[in-house]
Amino acid sequence: MKRTTLKTLAAAAALALMGASPAMADINIGVSLSLTGPGSGLGIPMQNQMKLWGPTIAGEKVNLIILDDATDPGKGVSNARRFVTDEKVDMIIGSCITAVAAAMTPVAAEAKTVQLAASPVGVPPGQDGWLFRLPQSNEVMAHAVVGHMKKLGIKTVGFLGYTDAYGELWLKAFTAEAEKSGIKIVATERFARTDTSVTPQALKLTAANPDAMLIVASGSGAAMPQKAIVERNFKGKIYQTHAAATSDLMRIGGKDVEGTYVVSGPAMVGTQLADNVPSKKLAVDFLTSYEKVYGAGSANQFAGHSYDAHIVLEKIIPMALKKAKPGTPEFRAALKTAMETMGRTVFSHGVMNWTPTDHWGYTNETGVMLKVVDGKFVVEK
Amino acid sequence: MDFSIASILALDGLTNGAIYALLALATVLVFAVTRVIFIPQGEFVAFGALTLALLQAGKVPGTVWFLLILAAAAAAQDLVQGLKHGLPVAGIARKVLGTTAYPVVVSVLAIVIAPLKTPLLVQAALTLALVTPFGNLIYRLAYEKLADASVLVLLIVSVGVHFALVGLGLFFFGAEGYRNPSFWDERFTLGALTLSGQTLIIFAASLALIVMLWLFFERSLHGKALRATAVNRLGARLMGISTIGAGRLSLTMAAFIGALSGLLIGPTTTVFYDSGFLIGLKGFVAAVFAGLSSYPLALVGALGVGLLESFGSFYASAFKEVIVFSAILPVLLWRSLRDPHSEEH
Repeated sequence: MKRTTLKTLAAAAALALMGASPAMADINIGVSLSLTGPGSGLGIPMQNQMKLWGPTIAGEKVNLIILDDATDPGKGVSNARRFVTDEKVDMIIGSCITAVAAAMTPVAAEAKTVQLAASPVGVPPGQDGWLFRLPQSNEVMAHAVVGHMKKLGIKTVGFLGYTDAYGELWLKAFTAEAEKSGIKIVATERFARTDTSVTPQALKLTAANPDAMLIVASGSGAAMPQKAIVERNFKGKIYQTHAAATSDLMRIGGKDVEGTYVVSGPAMVGTQLADNVPSKKLAVDFLTSYEKVYGAGSANQFAGHSYDAHIVLEKIIPMALKKAKPGTPEFRAALKTAMETMGRTVFSHGVMNWTPTDHWGYTNETGVMLKVVDGKFVVEK
Repeated sequence: MDFSIASILALDGLTNGAIYALLALATVLVFAVTRVIFIPQGEFVAFGALTLALLQAGKVPGTVWFLLILAAAAAAQDLVQGLKHGLPVAGIARKVLGTTAYPVVVSVLAIVIAPLKTPLLVQAALTLALVTPFGNLIYRLAYEKLADASVLVLLIVSVGVHFALVGLGLFFFGAEGYRNPSFWDERFTLGALTLSGQTLIIFAASLALIVMLWLFFERSLHGKALRATAVNRLGARLMGISTIGAGRLSLTMAAFIGALSGLLIGPTTTVFYDSGFLIGLKGFVAAVFAGLSSYPLALVGALGVGLLESFGSFYASAFKEVIVFSAILPVLLWRSLRDPHSEEH
């Protein structure tokens, strides 16, 4: 809070010095989040974090127009339309659900407005001109997983993943990274979150006898396949992806998930990080400030995405204001250019470096490997 | 594939098949008596598993509030109907009381003993007591007025009820999945096979329920009334059998079977608010195999679906559901060639 006040003062002073301070229009940002429906567990913490933002960013008054998209892609599209036609926003943030954010993308692109999504939206190349993502790409996470496997001398891996887009994208990302390091995927099996049994898949995977298994699943769905593999007496290492890095893994998996390696962003494990991890300071700041207001253990990675969005705005708003006034198409274009040229920026979720050709942007310094020890995540050093 | 893998797959398939069998029996029962293709059958499975999970966590399950709301709606229906028909106040009051008494009592009981962390079996019994009245209430609210409508209309209502229950399930249970503790943690080794206590319980419970259903239909008056309604609604009514009562009873039994399946499957997989649909649909495939009329054939079909699913996921896990649901096509072809008949209206 203190920092913002100081910055406000500094900005005011600078304007006064310049003498000519044109009546600046407020900056309007449209935010579409899933505050109800299955995605509400992600959207509500994001909104909570935004309530901590304060009225000004980088000395400018910023109006957040927060709308609920009810985890419904159709609602997300109508929110996005309202943002660009009625509210004439300078930028859109959202949504936290991939399907909703993906539906909003064409609207934002058509209105030439930056969309900063809090979900890993994969749109065909060439269509993400105005789309930037706050979560890490699977490639960055796969890089960390493969790096860790290499360190342990793992040569063969069995893959057990969702039959949906998340599983498919991970398989692609992991295959590419593994090939580079000479790790072979010896078996690829699929399952669905609501399956009643994955014993057949586990049988086939353990029959291939790989050094390690990679399970690609999310939230409370991640424990069931692991239990099936452990039940088949698999003795190798088991890896889980960042969507599984929640306490649900231990709640359901119990002792069967002990010793599992889980890749994650740095945001949720702030205090445990080594001092040389660039995100440590921000991750700690995010967690303490959020949990001071909303209670211990209440933060999740999506609140962290809101925290990072604030960092982005602090950096790009001054850059864009040099070029144009808020509320104009020039300002919207200037925001986009600012994001593409802001350079290496440390987030609570990793190290970001968006470029005109890469709107995912996280560098390979991002992924952190966690291990489940006594029912808790411990950072692997 | 060697013998040990095949036997593990067969055991896994038969275990799931036993659950599908229960749901297939419930589907056949409901269709035979009411002509309703009861798509929401699977929702009771999720409700059962999740209610037990929340009781395990020492929380009052959302089922309680859901049940009270449904009971209030049914009571309101009683009231409106009573006034419309000009019944005496005492008669209306008795009807309303009859509708709400059981749900209120069992809800209060649940609220009182939920935080006490009672033994697992007590919680399981409470879960069955909570989910079973859903069948009766849902029948009264959604189907009873339409009892004489065509099969197609009833099917459309079923789809609506299914969506409503899934949405409300999300509201009352949340998006998180739960896994219940095993009722029996023992493990038996039999060659390459490891039989868990839970597997044995699934087989034993399914078998017991099938025998009980058989006895009920063969030996009890209520069961015979249900059979009579299934054979001929008009004839049964002429014989003094209440077809409305038969409909309510069959849905209540379906809810009980669904909740029991939920208790059985809860310890072997993670159950979400929307898990029930696919499980119920597989039961439905098995029921179709039996032409929605034969209980023994439904049992055979369900075990077949379980085996097909298990071997299918071994050979081509990405196409598992495709394999299971495509299997319905040759069955439909065979059935329509074997006994061609026109759709009843």
